[in-house]
Amino acid sequence: MGKIQDEFKIVNKLQPTETCFDYSIYCPELAEITQAGQFVHIYCGEKTLRRPISVCQTNKQKGIIRIVFEIRGEGTLWLSKRKKGEFLNILGPLGNGFPTDKNKKALLIGGGIGVPPLLECSKCYSSESSSILGFRSQENAILIEDFIKNCAEVYIATEDGTLGTKGFVTDVLNDLLAHETFDVICACGPTPMLKAVSHAALCNSIECFVSMEERMACGIGACLVCACKTKKDGKEGYSHVCKNGPVFNAQEVVW
Amino acid sequence: MANLSVNIAGVEFKNPVITASGTYGFGREYNEFFPIERLGGISCKGTTIEVRQGNPPPRIAETPSGIINSVGLQNPGIERFIKEDLPWLLNRDIIVIANIAGRTYEDYCTAVEMLNDTGVNMIELNISCPNVKEGGVTFGTSSGGVEKITSLVRRVCKKPLIVKLSPNVTDISEIAAAAECAGADCISLINTITGMRIDINTRRPVLRNNTGGLSGPAVFPVAVRMVWQVANRVKIPIIGMGGISKWQDTVEMMLAGASAVQIGTANFTDLYTPLKVIEGLDKYLEKNSIADVNDIVGKVDAW
Ligand SMILES: Cc1cc2nc3c(=O)[nH]c(=O)nc-3n(C[C@H](O)[C@H](O)[C@H](O)COP(=O)(O)O)c2cc1C
Ligand code: FES
Repeated sequence: MGKIQDEFKIVNKLQPTETCFDYSIYCPELAEITQAGQFVHIYCGEKTLRRPISVCQTNKQKGIIRIVFEIRGEGTLWLSKRKKGEFLNILGPLGNGFPTDKNKKALLIGGGIGVPPLLECSKCYSSESSSILGFRSQENAILIEDFIKNCAEVYIATEDGTLGTKGFVTDVLNDLLAHETFDVICACGPTPMLKAVSHAALCNSIECFVSMEERMACGIGACLVCACKTKKDGKEGYSHVCKNGPVFNAQEVVW
Repeated sequence: MANLSVNIAGVEFKNPVITASGTYGFGREYNEFFPIERLGGISCKGTTIEVRQGNPPPRIAETPSGIINSVGLQNPGIERFIKEDLPWLLNRDIIVIANIAGRTYEDYCTAVEMLNDTGVNMIELNISCPNVKEGGVTFGTSSGGVEKITSLVRRVCKKPLIVKLSPNVTDISEIAAAAECAGADCISLINTITGMRIDINTRRPVLRNNTGGLSGPAVFPVAVRMVWQVANRVKIPIIGMGGISKWQDTVEMMLAGASAVQIGTANFTDLYTPLKVIEGLDKYLEKNSIADVNDIVGKVDAW
């Protein structure tokens, strides 16, 4: 058991929205050990740096991991052009995932491309767990059916109101927490969203874990470029997203 | 199999491939993928007397064929390095190079004195970090500065001494000559080239530190040129680096005058790069019936 870097085959390719891609990759070694919230570091053509992408789902029986990513720049653009049957050079599994617990009732909160990393999570908490998924608009919405399969309730928010509640996930969150309680909140999405979720969790005394994003180089904790300010025992310092994260206890993050 | 071993300032490397400071930590993370003992050596993350937090993020951005970084010498301090990281490394069959930086002459000398009593094989003076104001670069950009810091350190240093040069200078061979004259046993170069990127939408520099150090394939031709110029000037051995990403680059760097090479950024692209380089180098030598890797050092047939 351990991290590997090797070539693995794309066995299925879907494109749920115009800029979002969904790949299934055959890699039994990775599928066997990848935990919810961990990521893989993918070589993207002529690019010097790999691109970190969270694992969306693992299927140990079939030996498959699924990644869902959005075109954000040249690296992901290259990645989006790969075809079924091609191989990707993947380094993983990397980082620490969510501290999952079947006995805990979780609330999963995802914003935009922060939604996919929570899917695996949705299977790893109690069946009473729910999720809030936020998107810019209906046309950007992804994975809703998958979350419905795993969650007691799935709440949707879109900024333009084309699907679900008009507004942000935090609007839904505040309404929900007024009448329902959860043991733990797991969140992934843009930093302002994570900060707001972290604040709401603190006010409601709910344990909260957030998946942070930072530019990376080595991906394994050697180069120290992926710094994120955290505090432990009142002392502030830099943690490293690739090794100490990407999942952090929200109260340890210095927002 | 050709002879791949090289001797630099009395230190025997099993092959000329060393991983570059700051890109390889203290070796542990990469050792999860292959025994790092297969490398000729490792240059450890730059350490300073005091604990350093480093610069705020973002600390890295991709650039055409390279990256710019502004880590800013984040490190646990030399005391913890000696206590917690060094013993593990010294237990492996690999040449260990300690890389140090400081704010003052005293900082450098104290660091060297602390390392004198350890098992490190060599000490690399980083007087070329572009990412912290006090990162030694003030010593590294004038011949006078280089001469002074090198001679002061030389007086206290009991280990073979490598001086790592900054490319952000007008005349690299002058600087190298100053280091040699002041008692350096070896020159390593190049550190990163100062660079900058700006986000055209936010009008903000991409790095939180505004500027950073450029490395990766983009800098390779500059590095080869500088190694060649330095090789033409000094007699002490040279460790060449800057943008090496494949065995062909290593051969080129050695032809320019490097006795060994360091590989940094390429580890981020493919962590097996150093092993591929060692293998490719061996095949190249065999194919060209060269029995000893030392026979290609400085053998560029310049016009
Ligand atoms: C992320 C990063 C951190 C670095 N940290 C150090 C350091 O602590 N000390 C040092 O002497 N050089 C440091 N360097 C410079 C490298 O050791 C090397 O000189 C430079 O990157 C050129 O080689 P490359 O193109 O193979 O990376 C660092 C480079 C990078 C990319
Ligand atoms: S990316 Fe190198 S330490 Fe995180």
